Amino acid sequence: MSHPTRYRKYHPKLYRTRMPIFWWVRKWTHIHFITRELTSVFVAFYAIELLFLLRTLTRGQEAYDAFLAWLQTPLALALNTIAFLMIAFHSITWFNLAPKALVIRVGELRIPPVAIAGMNYAGWAVFSAALAWLILSA
Amino acid sequence: MKKSNEPLWWAFFGAGGALSALCLPALLFLLALAMPLGWIETPSFEAASGLVHHPLARLFLFALISLSLLHWGHRFRFTLYDGLQLKHLESLIVVFCYGGAIVGSIFAGFVLWQL
Amino acid sequence: MTQQTIALEVFRYRPEEEHEPTFQTYEVPLKKEWVVLDALNYIKDEIDGTLTFRWSCRMGVCGSCGMMINGTPVLTCAAFLETYQPGPVRIEPLANFPVVRDLVILMSDFMEKLGRVKPWIITEKEKPVAEGEYLQTPTQLADFKQYSMCINCMLCYSACPVSGLEPDFIGPAAIALAQRYNLDSRDEGSAQRMEILSQDDGIWQCTLVGECSAVCPKGVDPAGAIQRYKVASTNDWWRSKLMPWGK
Ligand code: SF4
Ligand code: FES
Repeated sequence: MSHPTRYRKYHPKLYRTRMPIFWWVRKWTHIHFITRELTSVFVAFYAIELLFLLRTLTRGQEAYDAFLAWLQTPLALALNTIAFLMIAFHSITWFNLAPKALVIRVGELRIPPVAIAGMNYAGWAVFSAALAWLILSA
Repeated sequence: MKKSNEPLWWAFFGAGGALSALCLPALLFLLALAMPLGWIETPSFEAASGLVHHPLARLFLFALISLSLLHWGHRFRFTLYDGLQLKHLESLIVVFCYGGAIVGSIFAGFVLWQL
Repeated sequence: MTQQTIALEVFRYRPEEEHEPTFQTYEVPLKKEWVVLDALNYIKDEIDGTLTFRWSCRMGVCGSCGMMINGTPVLTCAAFLETYQPGPVRIEPLANFPVVRDLVILMSDFMEKLGRVKPWIITEKEKPVAEGEYLQTPTQLADFKQYSMCINCMLCYSACPVSGLEPDFIGPAAIALAQRYNLDSRDEGSAQRMEILSQDDGIWQCTLVGECSAVCPKGVDPAGAIQRYKVASTNDWWRSKLMPWGK
């Protein structure tokens, strides 16, 4: 699309600023935002860790045991603790924002956003319980 | 200007965000914290293999891992643009983020195939 | 009894005199019933007539008095001075816009963006007046009413970091305005608007910071409008790829 340039008689000397690179450390809401965005790094981190755990199952008992031993090292525990907190933050922010994108209607009635978030949390509980049951019964 | 192809990646971002939000906290807590700390019993090699052997289990794990990676690729791409103002490196970032997620997914497919 | 006062640190920019803006401090009476705009008018009338700013209705309707107060975009006619005690109160022009003078920003770019989304009811065929009015149920009205409350105050553009980073981003209010017409049961223009908004400078630069909805004085929730648009645009894209014969 081309937008016609309009001729302005008086050309004011406009004052413009540029956003600082680290704009996101200046306000709480922005810190919250950048933390939320950075959770993706930990989502990827754990996806890869899980993949490597699964890979040990193709390589035999020894590889499996070695990986489990690594999980017990302080470094692994520290990393995984941080990852857990970040991923939990991801889940919470994700479910809280879901109603913004999701508008569900039943007949004439629009389901209130709180109910949609509630359904998300219920789904979270169900998935967590199912996964826990599978792992604990193995 | 033509329509953007963002919807392709956004769909993966959304699916991956939802699936990882639902599954990863529990998996991480059980497998990477509770198990190594001895709060729950560690499944034996055989039990673990049996658990993931079912094709449905493997399909689920593939979806979880690859979508989580694509979720990262999309979100992190924008974190680099907005958080560090690196949009002038757009092509490089696109290759790194989506390329990385795709390579990771292929690797995941390969590993899960062998299980 | 001596009148209590509060200090206002006001952003000054006089392009004919200086290249860089400065801050000027004014001591104004702290009156219970005063909003920040009253204090600015007091400065203009009693202390310094050269201070330049926009305002009109003094009741949150015209959308012209938006400024940054202590770094947050607000309508100055709706911001009570008392709440900023003990001060000083820092007053700046809306962020992310070029400043013309003092607290006045240039809004032509915003006006152009609003027009781009075709903010009017588009119908394939005009209904002859003889056929009567277009009927709308309360539910149909409720669908878009919230988006029609926008007063074009531009607070959302000021609060949005993406607007600051990417001047081409069409921005929160324009997208909410597009939704106002898309969701109107009388309108048939959503496909045309989709063409515009699904381009790269449309909805896709938004990363859902959510600040636009937080600062909006009218509860428009532009962030929600954008998210819904992303869903619609994504459906549209997949449909056109998977079923190219569809339309
Ligand atoms: S959406 Fe809200 S904040 Fe943005 S211009 Fe309209 S009224 Fe102002
Ligand atoms: S003066 Fe009209 S909205 Fe504040």
